Amino acid sequence: MVDTQRTLLLGNLAAVEGAIYAGMRFYAGYPITPSTEVAEGCSRELPKIGGRFIQMEDEISSIGAVVGASVSGMKAMTATSGPGFSLMQENIGYAYITETPCVVINVQRGGPSTGLPTKVSQSDTMQARWGPHGDYTAIVVAPSTVGDTVTETIRAFNLSERFRTPVVVLMDEIIGHQRELISLPKPGEHQVINRVKATVPPEEFQPFRLTANGVSPMAAYGEGYRTISTGLTHDPMGFTTNEPKEIKVKLDKLRNKIMDFRSEITKLRVEMMDDAEIAFVSYGSVSRAVLLAVALARSAGVKVGLVQLYTVWPFPDNKLRDYCQKCHKIIVPELNMGQIVHEIRRVMPPDTEIHSLQRYDGEILTPMQILEKLEEVM
Amino acid sequence: MATVEKTKSVEKQKSDVVLNYFRPRKKLPTVWCAGCGNGIVMSALIRAIDKLGYSKDEVAMVSGIGCTSRMPIYLDFSALHTTHGRALAFATGIKFAKPHMKVIVITGDGDCLAIGGNHFIHACRRNIDITAILINNHIYGMTGGQGSPTTPSGSISTTTPYGNVEKNFDPCKLAEAAGASFVARGTVYHTPQLEKAITKALDHNGFSLVEVISNCHTYYGRLNRRGDAVSMLNAFKENSVTTAKAKKLSPEEMEGKFLIGTLHEDDRTEFCDEYQKVVDAHMGEK
Repeated sequence: MVDTQRTLLLGNLAAVEGAIYAGMRFYAGYPITPSTEVAEGCSRELPKIGGRFIQMEDEISSIGAVVGASVSGMKAMTATSGPGFSLMQENIGYAYITETPCVVINVQRGGPSTGLPTKVSQSDTMQARWGPHGDYTAIVVAPSTVGDTVTETIRAFNLSERFRTPVVVLMDEIIGHQRELISLPKPGEHQVINRVKATVPPEEFQPFRLTANGVSPMAAYGEGYRTISTGLTHDPMGFTTNEPKEIKVKLDKLRNKIMDFRSEITKLRVEMMDDAEIAFVSYGSVSRAVLLAVALARSAGVKVGLVQLYTVWPFPDNKLRDYCQKCHKIIVPELNMGQIVHEIRRVMPPDTEIHSLQRYDGEILTPMQILEKLEEVM
Repeated sequence: MATVEKTKSVEKQKSDVVLNYFRPRKKLPTVWCAGCGNGIVMSALIRAIDKLGYSKDEVAMVSGIGCTSRMPIYLDFSALHTTHGRALAFATGIKFAKPHMKVIVITGDGDCLAIGGNHFIHACRRNIDITAILINNHIYGMTGGQGSPTTPSGSISTTTPYGNVEKNFDPCKLAEAAGASFVARGTVYHTPQLEKAITKALDHNGFSLVEVISNCHTYYGRLNRRGDAVSMLNAFKENSVTTAKAKKLSPEEMEGKFLIGTLHEDDRTEFCDEYQKVVDAHMGEK
């Protein structure tokens, strides 16, 4: 049977497809290489389905408008890269504290500053977790192919709606600008999660009430609840507070609503790990070169495997320890000066040898380079 | 005697209207200093909303950071108290997502014209149907009296201790030049006129700005020896000229005065309406 859904698609446009599938109907953004095709795709597609696209004056206002649309009840998204991601941080922090669902796509390029607009990098891995000031917990997902980009964007929206929090999709220039033949998901193929809406009478409603799972139902503007959202630390009503007890309750809520459900959020891909003595741990486009290197090493009889992180944050401490328990050596290839490797050092037993393989000259890590590193540590 | 009674009863009705719009369960008093103009603007705004008959549910009030920006927290509308300078960006998201809502931005001179200047000119340019109420007290109040983009040249603030060497903005001229389709100025002395200006602005389809000249006697007044709240309000009375009266005055007579009233009005197309035409034309296309 001919698969009519099969299409040659650009990674950045795969993000648009995934977002629309997940119910995104509002996009606000600002052009920046290498993410611009996400905005262009949204400007073309959203009017056709009654959605809304707006090109804002900068990235600060883009994420601002996204939050405004989300509190009004829409699933909303923006996309950017390095410098734009830096500009967005304050308002992403606003989305964390006001518990506003939204998705931010960061198609990573080299930095710091203007850096390498057209070159690949994974150097925003820590920024995606720690970008806005203050205490909070972030959810960050990372696709490695064009196909992944569709499903991970859907997952990002689902997590965002489920946990009432912004979710970052950490793409990179290679994925964003790659074209691959993929099958688009059919309606019903993936679950689509919508935020839990307020049902109690308005006079009883507390927009930030602590619930059993930590996530408060949400009321959209214009639907009778007239809630407050403020970036100031607030009590369950949304009223600003300076009470130490109430402050702690709020900050604990931001962390616990995610960390208590970490196993539901983390997602890993495991290849040839059953008898592996050496493991590669990677995420994003690098994982594809690693996969080829692992296959080549296996054909030469080396017991090596791959653990790929689809969820980068929260970090999958227990799952990674479980998968790698038989490995005495771990190699962590990254397109940066070594970022996620610190998490692996934190998580693994002290007698595990952990090697960082870094590339930060704007080029990809090739399977040959990965094999060379494997030979070196063996 | 009868007149006094009548006046009292009218006053009572007016204040009752205002009380109807306070947020239930929110503890008062406000963070504002005694005599602050923000309360006068708040009650004028409420009376305007009441007069236009908007339901509480169709109003969203958005603000940034500063004394002025605390206003939405006290009122019984959907409220988004956002980051410094960015209220218009968040408000754009609300209005574009729900065009039937009445979106009002409450902002100050520092919030709107310094850190938020870019969003201000682009909201004007898009002519999106948002009403911005800019309470201009010529200084940063919440952080303790620093110079703002509207601090007059030569004035004292805690960051211009030897007199402000910078030039100050005229936000109304800026808004008109950037494309806002309704621009008015009022003061906290002229309350009936202010209520009228806000009513007109809310009723206008397109971006509307009402600049309200207000008093920060705590910082601006004290540092520049302008006296208490009452003397600052009296100065607004002395120094303001209505647009009608200004036509009869020479440039020399206008020296040191400022205009109040409707300063600009046009009927250029509104952003959400124009976007809806795009949706209507392309809806359902593959």
